[in-house]
Formats: sequence, structure tokens, C-alpha cells
Amino acid sequence: MSLEEEVELIRRFPIFSKIQPAMQKLLCFGSERMTYEPRQVLFRAGDAADAAYIVIDGTAEISIPTPTGPYVINTLGRNEIVGEIAIFGDVPRTATVTAVTRLETMRISKDLFYNVIRESPDAALELIRILAGRLANTTAQVSRTISGTR
Amino acid sequence: MERSLFGFIIRYSKRDQWLIVPFVVASMLFYYLSLDLPKMIINQAIQGKSFPDPGSTAPFLKVHIALPAFLGGDVLRLFDGIELERLPYLFVLTIVLLGLIVLTGILKFQINTMKGWMGERMLRRLRFVLFDHILRFPLARFRRIKAAEMATMIKDEVEPLGGFIGEAFIQPLYQSGLALTALFFILYQHFALGMVALVVVVVQAVIIPVMRRRLLLLARERQIGARLLAGRIAECVDGIVEIHANDTSNYERAELSSRLGKLFRIRFEFYQRKFMIKFWNNFLSQVTPFLFYSIGGYLVIVGKLDIGALVAVIAAYKDLPGPVKELIDWDQQRMDVQIKYNQVVEQFTVDDLVPAEMQALIEAPEMPTGGSLRASNLSLADDSGTKSVDGVSFETDLSRHVAIIGAQGCGGSDLAQLLARLVRPAGGTIEMGGVDLTRAPEAVTGRAIAYVGSPSYMFPVSVRDNLLYGLKHRPGKPRDYDGEALREREFHVREAGRTGTPESDINADWIDYQAAGVSGAGELEARIVEVLQIVDLQETIFELGLRSAASSARSGELGENVLRIRRALHEELVSLGIGEWVERFDPARYNRNATLAENLLFGTPVGKKFEIDNLAKNEYVRRVLAETGLMEDMLKTGHKLAQTMVELFSGLPPGHEFFERYSFVRQEDLPQVEEILGRVLESGLTGIAEDDRNSLLVLPFKLIQARHRLGLIDEAFELRIVEARRYFSANLPGDLRESIEFFDPDRYNRAASLQDNMLFGRIVAGQAEAVPRIGGLLRKVLDELGLRPQVVKIGLDYQVGVGGALLAVADRQKIALARALVRRPAMLILDQAVAVLDSASQLRVTAGILEYRKGRGVVWFLNRNDLAERFDQVIVLERGKLVESGSFAELKSAGGALRKLLSAD
Repeated sequence: MSLEEEVELIRRFPIFSKIQPAMQKLLCFGSERMTYEPRQVLFRAGDAADAAYIVIDGTAEISIPTPTGPYVINTLGRNEIVGEIAIFGDVPRTATVTAVTRLETMRISKDLFYNVIRESPDAALELIRILAGRLANTTAQVSRTISGTR
Repeated sequence: MERSLFGFIIRYSKRDQWLIVPFVVASMLFYYLSLDLPKMIINQAIQGKSFPDPGSTAPFLKVHIALPAFLGGDVLRLFDGIELERLPYLFVLTIVLLGLIVLTGILKFQINTMKGWMGERMLRRLRFVLFDHILRFPLARFRRIKAAEMATMIKDEVEPLGGFIGEAFIQPLYQSGLALTALFFILYQHFALGMVALVVVVVQAVIIPVMRRRLLLLARERQIGARLLAGRIAECVDGIVEIHANDTSNYERAELSSRLGKLFRIRFEFYQRKFMIKFWNNFLSQVTPFLFYSIGGYLVIVGKLDIGALVAVIAAYKDLPGPVKELIDWDQQRMDVQIKYNQVVEQFTVDDLVPAEMQALIEAPEMPTGGSLRASNLSLADDSGTKSVDGVSFETDLSRHVAIIGAQGCGGSDLAQLLARLVRPAGGTIEMGGVDLTRAPEAVTGRAIAYVGSPSYMFPVSVRDNLLYGLKHRPGKPRDYDGEALREREFHVREAGRTGTPESDINADWIDYQAAGVSGAGELEARIVEVLQIVDLQETIFELGLRSAASSARSGELGENVLRIRRALHEELVSLGIGEWVERFDPARYNRNATLAENLLFGTPVGKKFEIDNLAKNEYVRRVLAETGLMEDMLKTGHKLAQTMVELFSGLPPGHEFFERYSFVRQEDLPQVEEILGRVLESGLTGIAEDDRNSLLVLPFKLIQARHRLGLIDEAFELRIVEARRYFSANLPGDLRESIEFFDPDRYNRAASLQDNMLFGRIVAGQAEAVPRIGGLLRKVLDELGLRPQVVKIGLDYQVGVGGALLAVADRQKIALARALVRRPAMLILDQAVAVLDSASQLRVTAGILEYRKGRGVVWFLNRNDLAERFDQVIVLERGKLVESGSFAELKSAGGALRKLLSAD
């Protein structure tokens, strides 16, 4: 996959879409291509978050540890992103991601991401918008849950 | 040290000075003759006084001595001479004159050489004495001196002294000899003319120095002014915030301006006086010939002086101002150098200098064995008289471990240094195994005791040499010399003897195996490995070994083994199904995880010729690219790469860290690259200048296909590089063969690191976990083949850099600890020695050291009170006084000072 194709890929994700094109390219150029064999772990719940991953090929599963063993909550496939929320702040990983098949990813490190965002105010605003949306979403969910239990 | 420079010179160079005197006297003799001869040539030969008729002869070399009256007044005819005609007489005389000139020259050469030697010998002695003083300064002194100042004093400030010492006596002797000879000659020819010359010389010799005295003063003022100016500028730089914040910049401007004004005034006066002196000097020396011509001419005309004598007088006079000027210069230099000497000596004069006997080289000093360490009433006072250690007494068996603890300012560090005898106590004694250490020479304390402070110093040598530093007390087995080396060594010994510097051979084996209790180097190496484990360094040294290229001496024993590991590791990887995690170097394939340069060279550069940054300029590489038709493609690739870099990076603000991390082009070069791209747009790739082509050609060599993913190298291009690789090795000129070590599956690569040699390839980019996993496998294979010690050996050769800067701080401290342990001293004294380690390592290393030293003495001033529990005895200090001593459990339950300290943690 060439640099151009990678840029095409990240443009699909709202958090990267508002970054200026030159910076998008730089983001791709600075990112690492990581390959995982089946059963290899990308990161574990509780780890410090240092990067977001975009799946280029293969599948992975997201699980959370429970006393009875890991509980799979979702699977990831081609062109999906994982771990992006954790790199906005210093929160530890909330889930474990494990490769199911041979998995090819683009790894965007926190440093790289921060440096790029710092140069793009529009992208930063877009990020705030996305996070606010998610917050509203979560708040609505919580209030629904609370009203449901009443 | 002698207080006065001349005292120093006389004391150490009297003999050498005297040896030169005969040469000086002889040269005066020849000089006189060379003045006298022209007179003879003119009067006898040219004017023909001795040849009244053509065909008459005159005796040459007639030696007749007129005896004084009391011996009978006869003429003693020693030699009647050879009779010569006029022309031969002239030529013989002139040839004699030439001979005299040559002889005088040779003598001068000899005198200068001897002076030079003498000066250099004295300089060597002086420098050594100063360095010796530094080694003997009490430790407290080092708080007040600056290392750089000491170094400049020994290196630079003393330098002119060497030159002067050579001239100190000989110069005045020689020059005044010349002046007096010339003066005597003139007087002898004609008394009145001589008096004229004498008066002028005296005026010159008296007036000029008087005028110069003011010059000297001015020069000194200027020097001080300049030094203050420099200091003032530094102050302004340091206080720049205050200047801005208080709006005092104009005040500072005025201040500096007034300083510059003062300097200008000094300079102004200096120049005026200097040129005035020059004027007088020139005038005085040139007015005399005027007198000679007028008075002398008159005397010749009236027949009271012959013309030969006048010419000789004028010639002799021409030589007179030179020596006088030299004498005046000498005097000035003397004053200057005397001041320098006094300044330096003042800096190096210390009242409590350690006596030389304390550091004497003792072959086998009497060492304390067994028994106890006893401190009685130990005290240490600082400059102000405050006691940092106050009447401390305790006794402990040399087999026990003692912890010293206390709050901030308890004096534990001072006590540790006292016990290690690094500082001399103000009062009290230290006894160890019945030997009084208070006054024992360092040969005893430095072998019986090991001390580690925090932080410790590393010398810029290998790890091994740092570890063995503590054993270099005296030269052991001498080095065998023969032939040229032997003569060199004998010369060194002779000269060292003459200059009072030690004759010990630095190339001898200085390691004291006996002191370490081992039989030889092999056993000591085993000891080192053992100690590395104790201080938790083994893995670090092992890693260093993997990352280093083995020296040629070691690679010999390793070469074959490395090839075995290379095969074993490859098999292991394949059997685990991760064979492709390492992309091996295959002569027939392009390696996408290596740089384009590595792919082209297919080897490791040795030296600078084939280093990646020099490839584009390397003639042979250019030839290879041209012959294989790759040049255009490389240029195109470089061009595309440059475009990409400009596109990606030109939007970034200056100083952005991305440049360093990702870019192929340095940020400051980016505008230049943009310009080149502009020129390519105008005139095409073939049309641009050679320099521009070079700048583009440099870029693609660093491309790593798998990592950079720029899609600039397609398969066809790869194949052509592999072809070029073949061409490169097949046509490599003989003189370049030493500049590269080719990748060869069946050969050890001397230029590559051990790890690269074992992998024989590159770990593929972006394979998760590949680096740690392959690292683990590598270790496993090495262990299976029992080769870990070899790698550690290579790691021990690692050069630690200045002050150990190439190692982590914690590793440096661990090496210092290991250095103390290797020696197995009777007593190990540690002064907060693990404080720089992280908490977990502190525990581990402390436990390791105490275990290793079981049954042998340790006194440890702890940086953590909780560690005291592991010691046999605990001493608690409070403001320099011993307040408690006993076992940890006892003291803890007693509820005294220790309890307080523990609860304060």
C-alpha cells in the first residue's frame, strides 16, 4: 500500500478527516506498519495508551478481562480503528485487543498524533466536536439506564 | 617548590648551564677573529701594505708572541708562517673568514640546541612537579579550585617559562659577550671611536628600559582591564533578565562604554610610547655611523687611523645594537616570566600538602590482616572550625558489616571518608588489624580499603580497564623491549632521570594480581564476571557486547562460533515458523529491510570511504552506478524523494521534532532542496549542475523499502541494484578492498556488531514482538553453545567515554562498586554508594554486596535507613557525634535515636 492509499484510508475516519492534506500525509509517513500473528496481543486492558491502530487487513477481537476469563465484546475488521479514544488523554486501556487472523495494522503513536493535531486547529475543533458528541451520547445512555432501573 | 624562578633554575639546571659556557666563550673568540680579519684583508691584501712590490710575498699564519719585559722582552717565534703572494694571500684570508663564519654558526647552533633541550627538560620537570602537587592536594582543597584553571596553568601558563629557562643565564652571557667583544674591538682599534660607541650603547641600555617600564605597566593594566571586561560581559549575559526587567540596559551600555574607553586610553598611550621608543632606538643606532663617518673619516684623512680599521669598526658597530636590544628584551621577559612563575607557584602552594612519602611506590607494604577496625576519638573540622565529625569512637571486627545512619548533616559522609583515610582527621586515630592507619602511606590504605562514593568517576577507557583501575598500584611484570623500542625506552628512562620524573614504565603490566588474590589474568577475568553478577551488571555488559564489533584480537577466537550461532539461530527461527522475521542477506536478492546503500555495497563499510553519507561523492560508487546504468534511476529516485520531503515537511514550523525523526533532509537544507527542485523544473534532471545532482543522489541511499513505504523502488529497480552489487564487488579496486567487509553467509564480518553477525540479516520492520522475541532466542542459542562469557568479554572492551558518559548513570555507579569488589579489600567503605540506583536495584545490589562480602568488613553510610536491618552493627550519628551503636534489633527496641529516624521515614 502506498502513501497515497494510506492517506485515502485515514481520511475516512472523522478524527483525521479535518487535518490538512499535507499533515495527513505526514501522519501516514510517520506512522508504523505493524503486523501481528494470530493470538498476538496489540495491547492489554490496564496498559498505558500510546497509540491508535487502524486495521488494514485481518481481524482482531476486543475483550475485557473478567474473573472468569476474557469476555469478547466486539470484533474488528478491515478499515476499522481501535484505541483512538485512549490516546487523547492519559487514561489506561479499557480493553484488550488480540489478533484473530494474521493482522496488518497502521500504528499511529500518541506523540505523532499530538504533533500533527498541534499544527491543525481545525482538526482539534473537529476532535472536540466528536468527543462532545460521544459524551452526549454516553450521558443519554446513562440517563436512560437510570430511568430504566427506576 | 622554589619560591623564586631563578632559585628553581639554579637548583635544577646548574650543571647544564655550565656545560654551555665553554661554547659561549669559544664563540666569542671566533667572533673577535671574524671582526679582526676584514681589517687584515683590507689593509694587507687589498691595499697591499704587505706587498710593496709585485711579486713580493707575505707570511701567512705567522705566530710570533712578544714576551713581556719581565720575561726578557724577547719575541717567541712559534711559527714563521707560509709565504704567499698577494692574490693567494687575499683568497686564503677570505676563505679563513668564511671558515670563521661557518664555525661561529655551528657554535651558535650547538648553543641553541643545548639551550632548547635544557629549557624543555626544565619545563618537563616543572609540569611534573605541578601535577605531582595536584595529586598531593588534600581533598578539601578541590572544593576551591577549578579543574580548567589547573589544566591551563600546567599546560599554557608554564609554557613560556620553558623557553625562558633555556635563556635565563646563557642569553645575557652570550649577548653581553657579543656586545663587549665588539666594544672591546672598537676600543682597541681607536679609543675615541670606542668611547663614542660606548656612550651610545650606555644611553640605549639605560634609557630604553626606563621608557619600557611604563610600557610593562600599561600592558599589565590592559590585561587586567580585558579580563574584567570579559567578566563584565559574562555578568550581563547571566543577568540579562534583570537588565530587561529593570530597564537598565542603558546603564549597562554606559558602563561598558566607559570600560572600553579606559582600554582605549591604555592602548593609545601604549602605542604612542611604543613608537616613541622605536624612534629613539633607531635614532641612537643610526646616529653613531654618522659620528663614525665624520670623525673616523677625518682621522683617516689626517692619517691617524687606517681605512681597514675604520671599515672594521663600522662593521663591528653594526653588530652592537643587536645584542643590546636582545639584552633589554631578555630583561623584560625575565620580569614577565618571574611574575607568571610566582602566580602559578602561589596557586600550587598548599600548607597541608600530603607528604611525598605517603604516596611512595611501595612494592609490598605491610598490610593489616584480621583483627578489628578501631576508631578512637575521631574528629574532622572544616575551615570555619565547625566539627562535622566530633569525637567518634567505635570498634568492630574486620569480619562484620557496619551501617552508619543519621539525618541530614549527621556527618556520615565525612566519617566514611575519614575511615577510608581520604581526609586526614583533625584529631583521633584509626587502627585496622593493629596497623595505625592515621599515618599509614596510601600504599597501605589504598590496598586494604576500598571506597566508593556517590557519584563515582569513570575514566575514559574500556569497562574492563575501569574495573581493574583499583589494582594499578605499581608496575608489575616489565614489558620486554628490543631494537628501536628498547632504544626509545632507554632514552625515556635517561631523560626521566634527568628531569626528576618517574621512570616507571606505563606499558608494564600494572595490574597487581597478588593484591587481588589471583594467580593471573584468567582468574581475574573470572572474578570480574562474578562481581558483575553481584552488582547486577551482567546483562548490561552482555548487551554492550552484542552491540559492539569485536576487536580483531577477540574476533579470532569468536569467528567460527559466530558462524555456528548464525546457523543455529536461523534453524531455530525456521523451526518456530518465524523464519521470515529476519530478512537474511542473500547475495542474489534485494533486502527490503536494509538500506539501499547496504543493498548496493552488500557489506559493512570499514572507515569513512563507504559511509552512507559519503557514497554519492565516492568516485568508485559513481563509476559503478554509471557503468550499470543506474545513475539516472538513482537521480530520478532522489528527485522524487526530494519532492516528497518538501511536500511533507515544508509546512512544519522550524525546529519541529519530525525533522529529526523522519526526514531525509535536514531542516536547514530544505530551502536549498526546494531551489534544486526549481532548477530541475527549468532544465530537467540532466541539465542541472553537478553539485545539485550530488545533493539529489545522496538521498535514496538511506531508503529502507519496508520501513519508509514510499513506493519508490519497484522490483525491476531492485533487480538492477542486485546486478550493480555484483559489479561493485567484481571490479573493486585493490586499494579499496580494506574499506569494506562484504556480507558473506560463510564468513565472520569484522566490521559489523556481534548481533548483526549472528542475525546475518535485518529484523523485519513492523513485525510485532519481533525484536524482543528474536533477542530472547539469540540469548538462548548463545547459552546453549556456552558462548555468553565470550560476549561479556567483548562487552568489557566497550569504551565508556569521557566520565563514563556513554553509560547510564546507574551503570557507572555499578561499575564503581564492581571496581571496589574486584579488589577484595580487607575493608569496604561505601558512602551512599547506591543512592543513584532506583529503589528496587538498591535493595538488590545492597543484598548482593553484603552477601558477597560475608565474613569481610563493610562500613556503609546508608542513604536509606530501612536497609540498616541487614547489618551486624548500626551506628547512629547526630551532628557529627555518635549517639547510638549496637545491633539493629537492640537499638530499635531501645526506642532511641534509631527509632526516631525510622519513624521519620
